[in-house]
Amino acid sequence: MHELSITQSVVDAVRERLPDTPIASIQLEIGKLSGIVADSVRFCFELVVDGTPLEGARLDIDEPGGRAHCACCDTEFELEDSILLCPCGSADVAVLAGQQLRITSVEVV
Amino acid sequence: MCTTCGCGDDAGVRVTEPGSRPHSHPHSHGDGHSPSRDDGHDHDHRDAEHGRLVMLEQQVLAKNDRLALANRHWLAEREILAVNLMSSPGSGKTTLLERTIRDLDGDLPVSVIEGDQETQFDARRIQATGCRAVQINTGAGCHLDADMVARGLRVLEPPRASVVVIENVGNLVCPALFDLGEAAKVVVTSVTEGADKPLKYPHMFRAADLVLLNKIDLLPYVDFDVARFIRDARSLNPRVAVLPLSATKGEGLSDWLDWLRKHLAES
Repeated sequence: MHELSITQSVVDAVRERLPDTPIASIQLEIGKLSGIVADSVRFCFELVVDGTPLEGARLDIDEPGGRAHCACCDTEFELEDSILLCPCGSADVAVLAGQQLRITSVEVV
Repeated sequence: MCTTCGCGDDAGVRVTEPGSRPHSHPHSHGDGHSPSRDDGHDHDHRDAEHGRLVMLEQQVLAKNDRLALANRHWLAEREILAVNLMSSPGSGKTTLLERTIRDLDGDLPVSVIEGDQETQFDARRIQATGCRAVQINTGAGCHLDADMVARGLRVLEPPRASVVVIENVGNLVCPALFDLGEAAKVVVTSVTEGADKPLKYPHMFRAADLVLLNKIDLLPYVDFDVARFIRDARSLNPRVAVLPLSATKGEGLSDWLDWLRKHLAES
């Protein structure tokens, strides 16, 4: 249940950067390979913001998919999960995207 | 809150050295940590339809990562090798540590940070080997984070040019995501858990710098395909080393001890 501490980190980071500012919404990017379940973050968000200036704020989560580069056939391909296997059969691949866990922006009231 | 031991912490995290006397308050501790400020930046974008949009572009775990970096610097200055030992509960982490300390026989100075939700059982087991150990109890927490480890290190006060093993909370999911400032993440799996663990818990095996396959003395009694386990672990982490060993019987232990010696020499 690391999503609870992840969500707490989101709320702490926003409050640290914009203390006492009423927030309408928070935009998050949670890559599909990040190991974070977006639905759990949504669930935890309501619990974490309860009684804070962020209570009532909307949470928008973008979930970019995984992309990787294969050193063997020098191509980029989509990664559906954490199994690092290129369609050419090589496992010599580098993950390019999908591991993000970022607060991209917040909308102030 | 006392920043050294965490007593009075609202989060319920406690750092203790079993057998040590309670300390008094107030007190101060030089910490040598000076985490930098936020690595993100913010600037405004106006939007006629909605409120003001403030771009943050900040990593969610930026705060933990800053504290982990401070730990890493603190350890490097003292030439300390810190290893983050992770596994499911019952894979034999503490038994492996007891055996490791006994077999090293003072060859390398080792001290231990034990992470568990509750009890001081493991720190006491390590202390019984004659080794320094502090216990972090995370309460409801399912993993250690960089702040807990910073507090643990200040209580532990490990000597220069030594090994610090951080035994994480038994959990194959959450600890994978949290950098503690360690030099290496070592994942322990035992043959009694089944060979399917890498594919079931891919994030943990992707994060690993080394995988220890424990309890190999039980291989004749369980249905465990070692070749499949290694193949699956490398499908997630192509260059990861896998060392099969038995913490109770000692088989394969010398490879693990050599790994520790080699990495301490490089730290």
